[in-house]
Amino acid sequence: MPQIDAPTASFPRIAPVGIAGLLVSFADRLSEPANRAALAFRAAIEAEALDGIEEVATSLTSTFVRFDPLHLDHATLSRHLESLLKTQDWTRAELPGGRRHFRIPCVFGTDMAPQFDEAAQVAGLSAQEAIASLTAARPRVLTIGFAPGQPYTGELGPEWDIPRQTALTPRVPEGALVVAIRQLIIFSAPTQTGWRHIGQTAFRCFRPEAEEPFALRPGDEISLRAISPAELERIRAEDQTGQGGADVEVIR
Amino acid sequence: MSRQLIIHRAGPQVTVQDRGRPGLLGQGLSQGGAADPVALAEGAALLRQPASHAALEMAGMGGSFEMTEDTRIALTGAPMQASIDGQAVVWNASHLLRAGERLEIGAVTRGLYGYLHLGGGVATETVLGARAAHLAAGMGRALRPGDRLPLGDDTRAEVGMTLDPEPRFAGGLVRITRSMQTHLFAAEMLERFQNTAFKRDARGNRMGARLEFEGAPFAASGQLSILSEVIVPGDIQMTGDGTPFVLLPECQTTGGYPRIGTVIPADLPRVVQAGPGVTLRFEVIDLPDAIEVHRRHIATLAKLPATIRPLLRDPAQMQDLLSYQLIGGVISAHDDHL
Repeated sequence: MPQIDAPTASFPRIAPVGIAGLLVSFADRLSEPANRAALAFRAAIEAEALDGIEEVATSLTSTFVRFDPLHLDHATLSRHLESLLKTQDWTRAELPGGRRHFRIPCVFGTDMAPQFDEAAQVAGLSAQEAIASLTAARPRVLTIGFAPGQPYTGELGPEWDIPRQTALTPRVPEGALVVAIRQLIIFSAPTQTGWRHIGQTAFRCFRPEAEEPFALRPGDEISLRAISPAELERIRAEDQTGQGGADVEVIR
Repeated sequence: MSRQLIIHRAGPQVTVQDRGRPGLLGQGLSQGGAADPVALAEGAALLRQPASHAALEMAGMGGSFEMTEDTRIALTGAPMQASIDGQAVVWNASHLLRAGERLEIGAVTRGLYGYLHLGGGVATETVLGARAAHLAAGMGRALRPGDRLPLGDDTRAEVGMTLDPEPRFAGGLVRITRSMQTHLFAAEMLERFQNTAFKRDARGNRMGARLEFEGAPFAASGQLSILSEVIVPGDIQMTGDGTPFVLLPECQTTGGYPRIGTVIPADLPRVVQAGPGVTLRFEVIDLPDAIEVHRRHIATLAKLPATIRPLLRDPAQMQDLLSYQLIGGVISAHDDHL
Protein backbone atom coordinates (compact mmCIF):
# COMPACT_ATOMS: atom_id res chain seq x y z
CA MET A 1 0.00 0.00 0.00
CA PRO A 2 1.34 3.45 -0.85
CA GLN A 3 2.54 5.51 2.06
CA ILE A 4 -0.04 8.25 2.66
CA ASP A 5 0.50 9.23 6.26
CA ALA A 6 4.09 9.91 7.21
CA PRO A 7 5.44 13.02 5.54
CA THR A 8 8.46 12.81 3.32
CA ALA A 9 10.89 15.51 2.39
CA SER A 10 10.04 15.31 -1.26
CA PHE A 11 7.21 16.67 -3.36
CA PRO A 12 4.70 15.94 -4.69
CA ARG A 13 3.31 14.45 -1.50
CA ILE A 14 -0.05 12.75 -0.89
CA ALA A 15 -1.72 13.03 2.53
CA PRO A 16 -5.19 12.33 3.92
CA VAL A 17 -7.61 15.10 4.90
CA GLY A 18 -10.39 13.62 7.03
CA ILE A 19 -11.71 10.23 5.95
CA ALA A 20 -12.87 11.38 2.51
CA GLY A 21 -10.06 13.49 1.13
CA LEU A 22 -6.56 13.20 -0.28
CA LEU A 23 -4.35 16.23 -0.71
CA VAL A 24 -1.64 16.24 -3.37
CA SER A 25 0.87 18.94 -2.40
CA PHE A 26 3.45 20.23 -4.85
CA ALA A 27 5.32 22.47 -2.39
CA ASP A 28 5.15 23.78 1.14
CA ARG A 29 5.76 27.36 0.07
CA LEU A 30 4.11 29.33 -2.66
CA SER A 31 5.78 29.26 -6.05
CA GLU A 32 4.48 29.82 -9.55
CA PRO A 33 5.41 26.30 -10.74
CA ALA A 34 3.73 24.64 -7.74
CA ASN A 35 0.54 26.65 -8.29
CA ARG A 36 0.62 25.80 -12.00
CA ALA A 37 1.05 22.11 -11.13
CA ALA A 38 -1.90 22.14 -8.72
CA LEU A 39 -4.20 23.70 -11.32
CA ALA A 40 -3.13 21.36 -14.11
CA PHE A 41 -3.35 18.27 -11.91
CA ARG A 42 -6.87 19.27 -10.86
CA ALA A 43 -7.91 19.56 -14.51
CA ALA A 44 -6.38 16.15 -15.28
CA ILE A 45 -8.28 14.45 -12.45
CA GLU A 46 -11.52 16.14 -13.45
CA ALA A 47 -11.04 15.04 -17.07
CA GLU A 48 -10.74 11.41 -15.97
CA ALA A 49 -14.06 11.50 -14.04
CA LEU A 50 -13.04 8.51 -11.93
CA ASP A 51 -15.97 6.78 -10.22
CA GLY A 52 -16.20 7.72 -6.54
CA ILE A 53 -14.53 11.14 -6.84
CA GLU A 54 -16.95 13.81 -5.64
CA GLU A 55 -15.01 17.01 -6.16
CA VAL A 56 -11.58 18.33 -6.98
CA ALA A 57 -10.31 21.70 -5.77
CA THR A 58 -7.03 23.55 -5.50
CA SER A 59 -5.36 25.61 -2.83
CA LEU A 60 -2.20 27.67 -3.47
CA THR A 61 0.11 24.73 -4.13
CA SER A 62 -2.08 21.62 -3.73
CA THR A 63 -4.81 19.67 -5.43
CA PHE A 64 -7.54 18.32 -3.16
CA VAL A 65 -9.64 15.29 -4.07
CA ARG A 66 -12.80 14.56 -2.10
CA PHE A 67 -14.24 11.12 -2.66
CA ASP A 68 -16.61 8.54 -1.21
CA PRO A 69 -14.38 6.19 0.81
CA LEU A 70 -17.10 3.53 0.79
CA HIS A 71 -16.86 3.28 -2.99
CA LEU A 72 -13.24 4.15 -3.65
CA ASP A 73 -10.62 3.13 -1.12
CA HIS A 74 -7.66 5.26 -0.13
CA ALA A 75 -5.04 2.82 -1.38
CA THR A 76 -6.60 2.55 -4.83
CA LEU A 77 -7.05 6.29 -5.23
CA SER A 78 -3.60 7.02 -3.84
CA ARG A 79 -1.97 4.57 -6.28
CA HIS A 80 -3.97 6.09 -9.09
CA LEU A 81 -2.86 9.62 -8.18
CA GLU A 82 0.75 8.50 -7.91
CA SER A 83 0.71 7.02 -11.39
CA LEU A 84 -0.98 10.13 -12.77
CA LEU A 85 1.70 12.27 -11.11
CA LYS A 86 4.36 10.34 -13.01
CA THR A 87 2.88 10.98 -16.45
CA GLN A 88 4.41 14.45 -16.80
CA ASP A 89 6.26 17.29 -15.08
CA TRP A 90 3.23 19.08 -13.66
CA THR A 91 5.24 22.15 -12.64
CA ARG A 92 5.69 22.89 -16.36
CA ALA A 93 2.11 22.18 -17.40
CA GLU A 94 -0.02 24.61 -19.37
CA LEU A 95 -2.20 27.06 -17.46
CA PRO A 96 -5.97 26.45 -17.61
CA GLY A 97 -7.70 27.41 -20.88
CA GLY A 98 -10.14 30.31 -21.16
CA ARG A 99 -8.20 32.56 -18.83
CA ARG A 100 -9.37 36.14 -18.58
CA HIS A 101 -7.88 39.49 -17.59
CA PHE A 102 -10.01 41.70 -15.30
CA ARG A 103 -9.05 45.37 -15.18
CA ILE A 104 -10.60 46.57 -11.93
CA PRO A 105 -11.07 50.22 -10.86
CA CYS A 106 -9.68 50.79 -7.38
CA VAL A 107 -9.34 53.67 -4.91
CA PHE A 108 -5.91 53.54 -3.25
CA GLY A 109 -5.70 55.04 0.21
CA THR A 110 -8.07 57.80 1.45
CA ASP A 111 -10.68 57.04 4.13
CA MET A 112 -11.83 54.15 1.95
CA ALA A 113 -8.56 52.23 2.39
CA PRO A 114 -6.89 53.57 5.51
CA GLN A 115 -3.81 51.32 5.61
CA PHE A 116 -2.38 52.26 2.22
CA ASP A 117 0.26 54.68 3.54
CA GLU A 118 1.36 52.27 6.23
CA ALA A 119 1.67 49.39 3.75
CA ALA A 120 3.67 51.53 1.31
CA GLN A 121 5.99 52.51 4.12
CA VAL A 122 6.52 48.88 5.18
CA ALA A 123 7.25 48.07 1.53
CA GLY A 124 9.79 50.92 1.46
CA LEU A 125 7.90 52.88 -1.22
CA SER A 126 6.50 56.40 -1.48
CA ALA A 127 2.73 56.61 -1.98
CA GLN A 128 3.32 57.46 -5.64
CA GLU A 129 5.71 54.56 -6.15
CA ALA A 130 3.32 52.18 -4.43
CA ILE A 131 0.44 53.13 -6.73
CA ALA A 132 2.72 52.89 -9.76
CA SER A 133 3.88 49.44 -8.67
CA LEU A 134 0.37 48.16 -7.90
CA THR A 135 -1.22 49.46 -11.12
CA ALA A 136 1.62 48.08 -13.24
CA ALA A 137 1.32 44.61 -11.72
CA ARG A 138 -0.78 41.91 -13.33
CA PRO A 139 -1.07 39.22 -10.65
CA ARG A 140 -2.70 35.89 -11.42
CA VAL A 141 -5.54 34.31 -9.42
CA LEU A 142 -3.62 31.55 -7.64
CA THR A 143 -6.60 30.08 -5.85
CA ILE A 144 -10.16 30.87 -4.83
CA GLY A 145 -10.76 30.19 -1.18
CA PHE A 146 -11.45 31.03 2.43
CA ALA A 147 -14.74 32.72 1.45
CA PRO A 148 -16.91 32.21 -1.66
CA GLY A 149 -15.29 33.54 -4.83
CA GLN A 150 -12.41 35.16 -2.94
CA PRO A 151 -9.21 35.34 -5.01
CA TYR A 152 -5.67 35.04 -3.73
CA THR A 153 -3.57 36.70 -6.43
CA GLY A 154 0.16 36.95 -6.94
CA GLU A 155 2.89 37.25 -6.92
CA LEU A 156 3.76 40.91 -6.58
CA GLY A 157 7.37 42.09 -6.65
CA PRO A 158 9.64 41.27 -3.70
CA GLU A 159 9.13 44.76 -2.22
CA TRP A 160 5.61 43.60 -1.29
CA ASP A 161 6.85 40.68 0.78
CA ILE A 162 5.41 42.36 3.86
CA PRO A 163 4.13 40.34 6.80
CA ARG A 164 0.54 40.18 7.99
CA GLN A 165 -0.15 42.42 10.98
CA THR A 166 -0.05 40.69 14.33
CA ALA A 167 -3.23 42.53 15.38
CA LEU A 168 -6.35 41.93 13.33
CA THR A 169 -8.36 44.72 11.70
CA PRO A 170 -11.86 44.00 13.05
CA ARG A 171 -13.67 44.57 9.78
CA VAL A 172 -12.83 45.51 6.21
CA PRO A 173 -15.72 45.81 3.74
CA GLU A 174 -16.64 43.71 0.70
CA GLY A 175 -14.49 44.69 -2.28
CA ALA A 176 -11.55 45.67 -0.07
CA LEU A 177 -8.12 45.19 -1.64
CA VAL A 178 -5.64 43.90 0.92
CA VAL A 179 -1.95 43.04 0.71
CA ALA A 180 0.60 40.80 2.45
CA ILE A 181 3.32 38.28 1.52
CA ARG A 182 3.46 39.38 -2.16
CA GLN A 183 -0.24 38.64 -2.60
CA LEU A 184 -3.37 40.72 -3.16
CA ILE A 185 -6.86 39.66 -2.11
CA ILE A 186 -10.15 41.29 -2.98
CA PHE A 187 -12.49 40.37 -0.12
CA SER A 188 -15.77 38.77 -1.12
CA ALA A 189 -17.50 39.69 2.17
CA PRO A 190 -16.85 41.94 5.16
CA THR A 191 -14.06 40.23 7.09
CA GLN A 192 -11.75 40.48 10.05
CA THR A 193 -8.21 40.27 8.75
CA GLY A 194 -4.51 40.58 9.43
CA TRP A 195 -3.85 41.79 5.87
CA ARG A 196 -3.52 45.54 5.29
CA HIS A 197 -6.42 47.34 3.63
CA ILE A 198 -4.80 49.39 0.84
CA GLY A 199 -7.52 49.80 -1.77
CA GLN A 200 -11.27 49.72 -2.25
CA THR A 201 -13.11 48.36 -5.27
CA ALA A 202 -16.79 47.89 -6.13
CA PHE A 203 -15.97 44.45 -7.54
CA ARG A 204 -18.14 41.69 -6.10
CA CYS A 205 -16.31 38.35 -6.18
CA PHE A 206 -19.41 36.40 -5.12
CA ARG A 207 -22.79 37.05 -6.76
CA PRO A 208 -25.10 34.30 -5.48
CA GLU A 209 -28.08 35.36 -7.62
CA ALA A 210 -26.13 35.71 -10.87
CA GLU A 211 -25.76 33.16 -13.65
CA GLU A 212 -22.04 33.04 -12.87
CA PRO A 213 -21.96 33.40 -9.08
CA PHE A 214 -18.18 33.17 -8.84
CA ALA A 215 -16.66 36.03 -10.83
CA LEU A 216 -13.05 34.84 -10.95
CA ARG A 217 -11.36 31.51 -11.64
CA PRO A 218 -7.85 30.31 -10.83
CA GLY A 219 -5.59 31.28 -13.71
CA ASP A 220 -7.40 34.56 -14.43
CA GLU A 221 -5.33 37.72 -14.14
CA ILE A 222 -6.23 41.04 -12.59
CA SER A 223 -4.87 44.54 -12.87
CA LEU A 224 -5.91 47.67 -11.04
CA ARG A 225 -6.82 51.09 -12.41
CA ALA A 226 -6.49 53.96 -9.93
CA ILE A 227 -9.67 56.01 -9.56
CA SER A 228 -10.96 58.70 -7.19
CA PRO A 229 -13.43 58.08 -4.37
CA ALA A 230 -16.02 60.08 -6.35
CA GLU A 231 -15.62 57.77 -9.33
CA LEU A 232 -16.03 54.69 -7.13
CA GLU A 233 -19.26 56.18 -5.75
CA ARG A 234 -20.47 56.77 -9.28
CA ILE A 235 -19.68 53.15 -10.24
CA ARG A 236 -21.50 51.90 -7.15
CA ALA A 237 -24.55 53.99 -8.03
CA GLU A 238 -24.66 52.94 -11.69
CA ASP A 239 -23.51 49.33 -11.70
CA GLN A 240 -25.90 46.69 -10.43
CA THR A 241 -24.03 43.70 -11.85
CA GLY A 242 -21.26 43.52 -9.28
CA GLN A 243 -18.63 44.00 -11.98
CA GLY A 244 -17.54 47.22 -10.28
CA GLY A 245 -16.67 48.92 -13.56
CA ALA A 246 -14.15 46.24 -14.52
CA ASP A 247 -13.25 45.51 -18.15
CA VAL A 248 -12.78 41.87 -19.06
CA GLU A 249 -10.77 40.42 -21.94
CA VAL A 250 -9.95 36.84 -22.80
CA ILE A 251 -6.23 36.05 -22.59
CA ARG A 252 -4.93 34.50 -25.81
CA MET B 1 -52.20 29.38 -2.66
CA SER B 2 -49.71 26.91 -1.30
CA ARG B 3 -49.45 26.05 2.37
CA GLN B 4 -47.34 28.39 4.40
CA LEU B 5 -45.52 28.35 7.68
CA ILE B 6 -45.95 31.62 9.59
CA ILE B 7 -43.25 32.67 12.03
CA HIS B 8 -44.67 34.69 14.92
CA ARG B 9 -41.57 34.64 17.06
CA ALA B 10 -38.10 33.21 16.50
CA GLY B 11 -34.99 32.64 18.57
CA PRO B 12 -31.85 34.50 17.47
CA GLN B 13 -30.79 31.85 14.99
CA VAL B 14 -33.62 29.96 13.35
CA THR B 15 -32.66 29.19 9.76
CA VAL B 16 -33.76 27.06 6.83
CA GLN B 17 -31.34 24.14 6.42
CA ASP B 18 -30.98 21.16 4.14
CA ARG B 19 -27.92 19.14 3.13
CA GLY B 20 -26.15 22.23 1.81
CA ARG B 21 -24.10 22.74 -1.33
CA PRO B 22 -21.38 20.13 -1.79
CA GLY B 23 -18.90 20.48 -4.62
CA LEU B 24 -18.05 24.19 -4.41
CA LEU B 25 -14.91 23.98 -2.29
CA GLY B 26 -12.84 25.11 -5.29
CA GLN B 27 -15.01 28.22 -5.46
CA GLY B 28 -14.40 29.00 -1.79
CA LEU B 29 -17.84 27.93 -0.58
CA SER B 30 -18.06 25.39 2.24
CA GLN B 31 -20.91 22.89 2.02
CA GLY B 32 -22.96 24.36 4.85
CA GLY B 33 -26.30 22.69 5.53
CA ALA B 34 -27.73 21.32 8.77
CA ALA B 35 -25.26 21.47 11.65
CA ASP B 36 -26.59 18.07 12.79
CA PRO B 37 -27.22 15.99 9.64
CA VAL B 38 -28.42 13.05 11.77
CA ALA B 39 -31.35 15.18 12.95
CA LEU B 40 -32.18 15.93 9.32
CA ALA B 41 -32.26 12.20 8.53
CA GLU B 42 -34.36 11.43 11.62
CA GLY B 43 -36.94 14.06 10.69
CA ALA B 44 -37.15 12.73 7.16
CA ALA B 45 -37.65 9.20 8.49
CA LEU B 46 -40.42 10.29 10.88
CA LEU B 47 -42.33 11.99 8.05
CA ARG B 48 -41.34 9.31 5.51
CA GLN B 49 -40.04 11.90 3.08
CA PRO B 50 -36.71 12.43 1.33
CA ALA B 51 -33.78 13.53 3.50
CA SER B 52 -33.15 16.24 0.91
CA HIS B 53 -36.19 18.22 2.18
CA ALA B 54 -35.40 21.48 3.95
CA ALA B 55 -36.33 22.00 7.61
CA LEU B 56 -35.90 24.71 10.25
CA GLU B 57 -32.80 24.58 12.39
CA MET B 58 -33.13 26.28 15.78
CA ALA B 59 -29.96 27.14 17.69
CA GLY B 60 -30.64 27.05 21.42
CA MET B 61 -34.11 28.56 21.19
CA GLY B 62 -37.13 27.81 19.02
CA GLY B 63 -40.01 30.15 18.31
CA SER B 64 -43.74 30.43 17.78
CA PHE B 65 -45.14 28.94 14.58
CA GLU B 66 -48.46 28.55 12.78
CA MET B 67 -49.60 26.85 9.57
CA THR B 68 -52.10 28.19 7.08
CA GLU B 69 -53.35 24.60 6.54
CA ASP B 70 -53.14 21.33 8.48
CA THR B 71 -49.53 20.17 8.27
CA ARG B 72 -47.52 17.22 9.51
CA ILE B 73 -44.51 18.17 11.57
CA ALA B 74 -41.64 16.32 13.22
CA LEU B 75 -39.28 17.48 15.97
CA THR B 76 -35.70 16.16 16.17
CA GLY B 77 -32.21 17.08 17.29
CA ALA B 78 -31.57 18.78 20.62
CA PRO B 79 -34.74 18.32 22.71
CA MET B 80 -36.62 21.57 23.34
CA GLN B 81 -39.73 22.42 25.32
CA ALA B 82 -42.57 22.19 22.80
CA SER B 83 -46.33 22.56 22.89
CA ILE B 84 -49.27 22.87 20.53
CA ASP B 85 -51.95 25.27 21.82
CA GLY B 86 -50.55 24.89 25.30
CA GLN B 87 -50.31 21.09 25.38
CA ALA B 88 -46.86 19.59 25.63
CA VAL B 89 -45.81 17.50 22.65
CA VAL B 90 -43.20 14.76 22.51
CA TRP B 91 -39.77 15.40 20.92
CA ASN B 92 -38.36 12.88 18.40
CA ALA B 93 -41.85 12.36 17.05
CA SER B 94 -44.24 13.44 14.32
CA HIS B 95 -47.46 15.35 15.01
CA LEU B 96 -50.31 17.04 13.18
CA LEU B 97 -50.36 20.81 13.45
CA ARG B 98 -53.80 22.03 12.43
CA ALA B 99 -54.34 25.31 10.66
CA GLY B 100 -54.40 28.16 13.16
CA GLU B 101 -52.94 26.18 16.07
CA ARG B 102 -49.89 27.65 17.74
CA LEU B 103 -46.71 25.58 17.96
CA GLU B 104 -44.48 26.97 20.68
CA ILE B 105 -40.87 25.76 20.85
CA GLY B 106 -38.80 27.02 23.76
CA ALA B 107 -35.24 26.55 24.95
CA VAL B 108 -33.14 23.42 24.52
CA THR B 109 -33.11 21.07 27.47
CA ARG B 110 -30.00 19.23 26.20
CA GLY B 111 -27.75 19.80 23.19
CA LEU B 112 -27.75 22.92 21.02
CA TYR B 113 -29.56 22.50 17.70
CA GLY B 114 -33.22 21.45 17.45
CA TYR B 115 -35.09 20.87 14.18
CA LEU B 116 -38.65 21.46 13.04
CA HIS B 117 -39.49 19.39 9.96
CA LEU B 118 -42.58 20.01 7.86
CA GLY B 119 -44.51 17.61 5.67
CA GLY B 120 -43.48 18.43 2.10
CA GLY B 121 -40.46 20.37 3.33
CA VAL B 122 -39.75 24.08 3.20
CA ALA B 123 -40.02 25.10 -0.45
CA THR B 124 -38.23 28.43 -0.63
CA GLU B 125 -36.30 29.29 -3.81
CA THR B 126 -33.05 27.41 -4.22
CA VAL B 127 -29.79 29.33 -4.54
CA LEU B 128 -26.84 27.39 -6.01
CA GLY B 129 -28.87 24.21 -5.77
CA ALA B 130 -29.97 24.35 -2.14
CA ARG B 131 -32.23 26.20 0.27
CA ALA B 132 -29.89 26.19 3.26
CA ALA B 133 -29.03 29.56 4.75
CA HIS B 134 -25.24 30.00 4.68
CA LEU B 135 -24.83 32.97 6.98
CA ALA B 136 -21.06 33.18 6.61
CA ALA B 137 -21.45 33.47 2.82
CA GLY B 138 -24.31 35.94 3.07
CA MET B 139 -26.87 33.53 1.62
CA GLY B 140 -30.22 33.54 3.41
CA ARG B 141 -30.72 34.94 6.91
CA ALA B 142 -32.08 34.11 10.32
CA LEU B 143 -35.89 34.02 10.30
CA ARG B 144 -37.84 36.89 11.85
CA PRO B 145 -41.38 37.42 13.13
CA GLY B 146 -43.75 37.93 10.22
CA ASP B 147 -41.80 35.69 7.82
CA ARG B 148 -43.89 33.24 5.84
CA LEU B 149 -42.31 30.21 4.21
CA PRO B 150 -43.93 28.18 1.42
CA LEU B 151 -44.11 24.41 1.89
CA GLY B 152 -43.93 21.66 -0.72
CA ASP B 153 -46.75 19.20 -1.41
CA ASP B 154 -47.28 16.46 1.12
CA THR B 155 -49.28 13.39 0.05
CA ARG B 156 -48.96 11.50 3.33
CA ALA B 157 -51.14 11.65 6.44
CA GLU B 158 -49.29 9.50 8.96
CA VAL B 159 -48.40 11.19 12.26
CA GLY B 160 -47.85 10.07 15.84
CA MET B 161 -44.61 8.20 15.03
CA THR B 162 -41.46 8.19 17.09
CA LEU B 163 -37.90 6.86 17.01
CA ASP B 164 -34.98 6.44 19.37
CA PRO B 165 -32.51 9.21 18.53
CA GLU B 166 -28.90 8.41 17.84
CA PRO B 167 -27.14 9.27 21.15
CA ARG B 168 -25.17 12.50 20.71
CA PHE B 169 -26.31 15.04 23.31
CA ALA B 170 -24.13 14.05 26.27
CA GLY B 171 -20.65 14.63 24.84
CA GLY B 172 -18.28 11.73 25.45
CA LEU B 173 -15.71 10.17 23.19
CA VAL B 174 -15.13 11.74 19.78
CA ARG B 175 -13.02 9.80 17.31
CA ILE B 176 -10.56 11.60 15.04
CA THR B 177 -8.21 10.55 12.27
CA ARG B 178 -4.72 11.83 11.58
CA SER B 179 -4.65 14.55 8.98
CA MET B 180 -2.07 16.11 6.69
CA GLN B 181 -0.63 18.23 9.51
CA THR B 182 -0.88 15.87 12.48
CA HIS B 183 2.84 15.13 12.11
CA LEU B 184 3.58 18.76 13.00
CA PHE B 185 2.52 17.96 16.57
CA ALA B 186 4.94 16.09 18.80
CA ALA B 187 3.84 12.62 19.95
CA GLU B 188 3.53 13.83 23.57
CA MET B 189 1.34 16.72 22.41
CA LEU B 190 -1.00 14.36 20.58
CA GLU B 191 -1.05 12.09 23.62
CA ARG B 192 -1.91 14.96 25.97
CA PHE B 193 -4.62 16.10 23.54
CA GLN B 194 -6.25 12.68 23.89
CA ASN B 195 -6.01 12.81 27.68
CA THR B 196 -7.60 16.25 28.03
CA ALA B 197 -11.25 16.94 28.83
CA PHE B 198 -12.73 19.71 26.65
CA LYS B 199 -15.84 21.78 26.95
CA ARG B 200 -17.40 23.65 24.08
CA ASP B 201 -17.20 27.42 24.37
CA ALA B 202 -20.73 28.88 24.42
CA ARG B 203 -19.77 31.42 21.71
CA GLY B 204 -19.55 28.77 19.00
CA ASN B 205 -21.61 29.04 15.84
CA ARG B 206 -22.18 27.19 12.59
CA MET B 207 -18.63 28.00 11.47
CA GLY B 208 -16.87 26.34 14.34
CA ALA B 209 -16.69 25.41 18.00
CA ARG B 210 -13.91 26.66 20.24
CA LEU B 211 -12.93 24.15 22.91
CA GLU B 212 -12.00 25.16 26.45
CA PHE B 213 -9.70 23.09 28.60
CA GLU B 214 -7.31 23.26 31.53
CA GLY B 215 -3.60 22.94 30.91
CA ALA B 216 -0.85 24.28 28.70
CA PRO B 217 -1.65 25.41 25.13
CA PHE B 218 -1.27 22.90 22.31
CA ALA B 219 1.33 23.97 19.77
CA ALA B 220 2.72 22.60 16.54
CA SER B 221 6.29 23.08 15.46
CA GLY B 222 6.61 25.92 12.94
CA GLN B 223 3.06 26.97 13.71
CA LEU B 224 3.32 30.45 12.20
CA SER B 225 4.80 29.59 8.83
CA ILE B 226 2.26 27.09 7.49
CA LEU B 227 0.92 27.71 4.03
CA SER B 228 -2.85 28.18 3.96
CA GLU B 229 -4.41 24.83 3.04
CA VAL B 230 -7.78 23.15 2.37
CA ILE B 231 -10.17 22.77 5.32
CA VAL B 232 -12.91 20.18 5.71
CA PRO B 233 -15.63 20.17 8.41
CA GLY B 234 -14.42 18.27 11.44
CA ASP B 235 -10.86 19.55 11.12
CA ILE B 236 -9.47 20.56 14.51
CA GLN B 237 -7.26 23.61 14.00
CA MET B 238 -4.97 24.89 16.69
CA THR B 239 -5.29 28.66 16.78
CA GLY B 240 -2.44 31.01 17.68
CA ASP B 241 -3.11 30.82 21.41
CA GLY B 242 -3.02 27.00 21.38
CA THR B 243 -6.77 26.48 21.70
CA PRO B 244 -8.45 23.84 19.54
CA PHE B 245 -11.23 24.93 17.24
CA VAL B 246 -13.42 22.30 15.54
CA LEU B 247 -14.56 23.48 12.13
CA LEU B 248 -18.24 23.02 11.31
CA PRO B 249 -20.40 23.14 8.13
CA GLU B 250 -20.07 26.89 7.48
CA CYS B 251 -16.31 27.01 8.00
CA GLN B 252 -13.95 28.87 5.71
CA THR B 253 -12.53 26.63 2.94
CA THR B 254 -8.84 27.28 3.59
CA GLY B 255 -6.83 28.12 6.66
CA GLY B 256 -3.29 28.57 7.85
CA TYR B 257 -3.55 27.18 11.38
CA PRO B 258 -2.16 23.67 11.79
CA ARG B 259 -4.66 20.86 12.25
CA ILE B 260 -4.09 18.14 14.79
CA GLY B 261 -6.68 15.81 13.28
CA THR B 262 -10.19 15.53 11.84
CA VAL B 263 -13.35 14.43 13.66
CA ILE B 264 -14.98 11.53 11.81
CA PRO B 265 -18.40 12.39 10.31
CA ALA B 266 -20.23 9.90 12.57
CA ASP B 267 -19.00 11.69 15.70
CA LEU B 268 -19.20 15.30 14.50
CA PRO B 269 -22.82 15.67 15.73
CA ARG B 270 -21.51 15.01 19.26
CA VAL B 271 -19.36 18.13 18.96
CA VAL B 272 -22.15 20.13 17.30
CA GLN B 273 -24.61 19.16 20.04
CA ALA B 274 -22.23 19.54 23.02
CA GLY B 275 -24.19 21.85 25.30
CA PRO B 276 -23.07 23.67 28.44
CA GLY B 277 -21.24 21.50 30.95
CA VAL B 278 -20.85 18.56 28.59
CA THR B 279 -17.36 17.07 28.34
CA LEU B 280 -15.71 15.95 25.10
CA ARG B 281 -12.66 13.72 24.76
CA PHE B 282 -10.79 12.85 21.59
CA GLU B 283 -9.32 9.56 20.50
CA VAL B 284 -7.17 9.04 17.42
CA ILE B 285 -8.21 5.98 15.43
CA ASP B 286 -6.69 4.48 12.31
CA LEU B 287 -8.12 5.33 8.91
CA PRO B 288 -9.41 1.80 8.11
CA ASP B 289 -11.25 1.69 11.45
CA ALA B 290 -12.69 5.16 10.80
CA ILE B 291 -13.98 4.05 7.43
CA GLU B 292 -15.59 0.98 8.97
CA VAL B 293 -17.32 3.25 11.53
CA HIS B 294 -18.42 5.48 8.65
CA ARG B 295 -19.82 2.49 6.79
CA ARG B 296 -21.91 1.51 9.81
CA HIS B 297 -23.01 5.12 10.36
CA ILE B 298 -24.27 5.47 6.78
CA ALA B 299 -26.05 2.11 7.08
CA THR B 300 -27.70 3.20 10.34
CA LEU B 301 -29.00 6.39 8.74
CA ALA B 302 -30.30 4.43 5.76
CA LYS B 303 -32.21 2.12 8.10
CA LEU B 304 -33.84 4.93 10.12
CA PRO B 305 -37.19 4.76 8.26
CA ALA B 306 -37.48 1.09 9.31
CA THR B 307 -37.04 1.96 12.99
CA ILE B 308 -39.90 4.39 13.47
CA ARG B 309 -42.88 3.15 15.45
CA PRO B 310 -46.21 4.53 16.67
CA LEU B 311 -46.04 6.61 19.83
CA LEU B 312 -49.23 5.17 21.27
CA ARG B 313 -48.09 1.56 21.24
CA ASP B 314 -44.91 2.31 23.08
CA PRO B 315 -45.21 1.51 26.80
CA ALA B 316 -42.35 3.95 27.45
CA GLN B 317 -44.65 6.75 26.33
CA MET B 318 -47.53 5.77 28.65
CA GLN B 319 -46.58 8.52 31.05
CA ASP B 320 -47.08 11.10 28.32
CA LEU B 321 -50.35 9.50 27.38
CA LEU B 322 -51.55 9.80 30.96
CA SER B 323 -50.47 13.40 31.20
CA TYR B 324 -52.56 14.24 28.16
CA GLN B 325 -55.62 12.60 29.68
CA LEU B 326 -55.13 14.55 32.87
CA ILE B 327 -54.56 17.86 31.14
CA GLY B 328 -56.72 17.55 28.10
CA GLY B 329 -59.54 15.53 29.63
CA VAL B 330 -60.50 13.77 26.44
CA ILE B 331 -57.64 12.03 24.73
CA SER B 332 -59.29 11.45 21.38
CA ALA B 333 -59.53 15.15 20.68
CA HIS B 334 -55.79 15.53 20.76
CA ASP B 335 -54.28 12.18 19.93
CA ASP B 336 -52.94 13.56 16.69
CA HIS B 337 -50.50 15.52 18.76
CA LEU B 338 -48.91 12.57 20.47
